[in-house]
Amino acid sequence: MIEVDRETEPYLASFAALEEQRRGEPRWVRWLRESAMERFMGLGFPTSRLEDWKFTSVSPITRMSFQLAPHRANGLSVSELEQLSFLNLGRPCLTFIDGHYSPKLSTPGVAEAGVRMGSLADALQEGSSVAQEHLGRHALYTDQAFAALNTAFLHDGAFLEVPKGVVMRAPIHLLFLFTAGGTPLVSHPRSLLLVGRESQVDIVESYVALGEGVYFTNAITELVLGENAIVNHYRLQRESPLSFHVATLQAEQGRASTLISHNISMGGALVRNEINSVLSGEGAECTLHGLYLATGLQHVDNHTVIDHARPHCSSREVYKGILDGQASAVFNGKIIVRKDAQKTDAKQTNKNLLLSDDATVNTKPQLEIYADDVKCTHGATIGQLNEEAVFYLRSRGISREEARKLLTYAFANEIVSRIQVAPIRSGLEELVPRQLGKYES
Amino acid sequence: MLEIKNLRASVDNNEILKGIDLSIRAGEVHAIMGPNGSGKSTLAQVLAGREAFAVTAGAVTYQGRDLLAMPPEERAREGIFLAFQYPVEIPGVSNLYFVRTALNTIRKQQGLEELDAMDFLALAKEKMKLLGIDETLMGRPVNEGFSGGEKKRNEILQMLVLEPKLAILDETDSGLDIDAVRIVADGVNALRSAERAILVVTHYQRLLNYIIPDHVHVLYNGRLVKSGDKNLALELEEKGYSWLEQGAAA
Ligand SMILES: Nc1ncnc2c1ncn2[C@@H]1O[C@H](COP(=O)(O)OP(=O)(O)OP(=O)(O)O)[C@@H](O)[C@H]1O
Ligand SMILES: [Mg+2]
Repeated sequence: MIEVDRETEPYLASFAALEEQRRGEPRWVRWLRESAMERFMGLGFPTSRLEDWKFTSVSPITRMSFQLAPHRANGLSVSELEQLSFLNLGRPCLTFIDGHYSPKLSTPGVAEAGVRMGSLADALQEGSSVAQEHLGRHALYTDQAFAALNTAFLHDGAFLEVPKGVVMRAPIHLLFLFTAGGTPLVSHPRSLLLVGRESQVDIVESYVALGEGVYFTNAITELVLGENAIVNHYRLQRESPLSFHVATLQAEQGRASTLISHNISMGGALVRNEINSVLSGEGAECTLHGLYLATGLQHVDNHTVIDHARPHCSSREVYKGILDGQASAVFNGKIIVRKDAQKTDAKQTNKNLLLSDDATVNTKPQLEIYADDVKCTHGATIGQLNEEAVFYLRSRGISREEARKLLTYAFANEIVSRIQVAPIRSGLEELVPRQLGKYES
Repeated sequence: MLEIKNLRASVDNNEILKGIDLSIRAGEVHAIMGPNGSGKSTLAQVLAGREAFAVTAGAVTYQGRDLLAMPPEERAREGIFLAFQYPVEIPGVSNLYFVRTALNTIRKQQGLEELDAMDFLALAKEKMKLLGIDETLMGRPVNEGFSGGEKKRNEILQMLVLEPKLAILDETDSGLDIDAVRIVADGVNALRSAERAILVVTHYQRLLNYIIPDHVHVLYNGRLVKSGDKNLALELEEKGYSWLEQGAAA
């Protein structure tokens, strides 16, 4: 117990120190934050005794002390930003530096009428009633320490409200930049994305480091899809090799809505992604695609939960990992089929490619099925490059290294090729091979 | 062009090639026949550089160079081509991209300019037409889901595109329909020239009606136990292999 205190105490102190700064926030936000803090102190950081954290130790995070990232006037210019951002998606774009909205680097204007897009802090300040209705209602923190911590420090992030029947033409880019170097900082970006019925939108969240140092990102995005809404959500995480990244996407899907999530992880010392969707309307469809690349001593953990709460919903999940060096990965894909959710059709696959003898992966499907008329399949593989295929390529003049790269990229390409937004796909078609090119074996 | 001397090779400590001697000159066509499991594919793969087989003795010289010291890609760049008995499926890599990459790697080695996607497509289409290959096969991942015959034709397509100096065909005729055998043979014959040599591994005399060999060898239990001209193939067709057993035991 004493140890737990030592880990959480600094967070309590920095929470208390916020008192002054957050004086102007709405009362309900304060109440939400206070109860989340209380919960966090009660829970403490997760230990490997918890089933959900069995293979991921957060001690590298708890051992360090992080300073709550201050709002700073960063000297970054728009043109510097354009060079930095690995995806040149253009506008609209919301940029956050260490979790704080940067109006100077943002272009929130969109042509479509009625769309509201900007910083969550502003929306809260203006007393948005939909924000109040949804914030903290989807990403629950009752037994999730990191969610509790994020909620306790909740301040800013993206806020998007797409009204009914709007088809957004351009993808919306939410760019989270982190300054690495100097004092290790922690930030808790919190985003709320509300997509109305019959609307369609592509949303890209990218997490990118400015520098190579240590920092800790603890992000949460709540995403709500109305009836018949269609959302392509992209999570592109490419952070500093020393960074810690814990993040949750918590979606709630209305009747006959479609969510396609693409989750690409390419960096960080310790990465934990949670992608969860509750299919709470009949006939909803959820697709989760993931690609994780790790090398050196990196650890990447993907936990997904698809909660089939209503009948006639379908879900498709494909997660693929490529691991080199002494990297380790965890995949845990939970599919819940509630008693009510007859005619559920769920399919899950996790495939891992190990490029070195020292890389490891723990993969586990977790099916909780309470209905009887359902179709659920799952499968996981862990393998090496096919030596026969390597030889086949070499026998045609292609070098061993090229052959290995080609086959490794082909493995990743199954995920990359399914990305529909052309600039994201072509960006990744360059980035993924570049990242794989850093691998030694 | 190729000089094999007392070549021995094994896998997992099982000796499969037990001393092979064979000499192939430019312009020649050699055929190797022999019962299942006698080591024909092993020989073909060892020549192409498959590391799964350990060469325990002997020497192979190719165009005056020590072939065994060369990695497989270098052999390919120096003009050796193996049409696999069982071509490998490679999901996620388009056939078109694969063959173009192979050709450009080899062209680069030869100091030639690389072909761009357009020029390559034109070349590939010409060869596909020659071999009666459906154009959609080029857009698909390498060999993935190809029928047995399509895989074999795809090997010959690669051969025609890469224009090797020494082509080794491991049972390319197996699994082909009668018309396809003829088409493939025409493809091979088109490649025949005074500078090139061809080594065909086959079970069927039929192929050798189209690709007429200068020499026929019988590989039996890891050794070349008999050599002759094209008539040896006819004799084998008639008598089978059992009459050779005595020679093999020696
Ligand atoms: N990787 C391996 N491990 C163990 N044994 C092997 C391996 N590869 C080949 N062999 C054995 O070596 C022997 C020769 O095989 P090879 O494939 O060269 O025969 P082949 O003459 O080509 O036969 P076929 O006419 O059936 O194609 C066989 O007994 C085979 O089982
Ligand atoms: Mg064989």
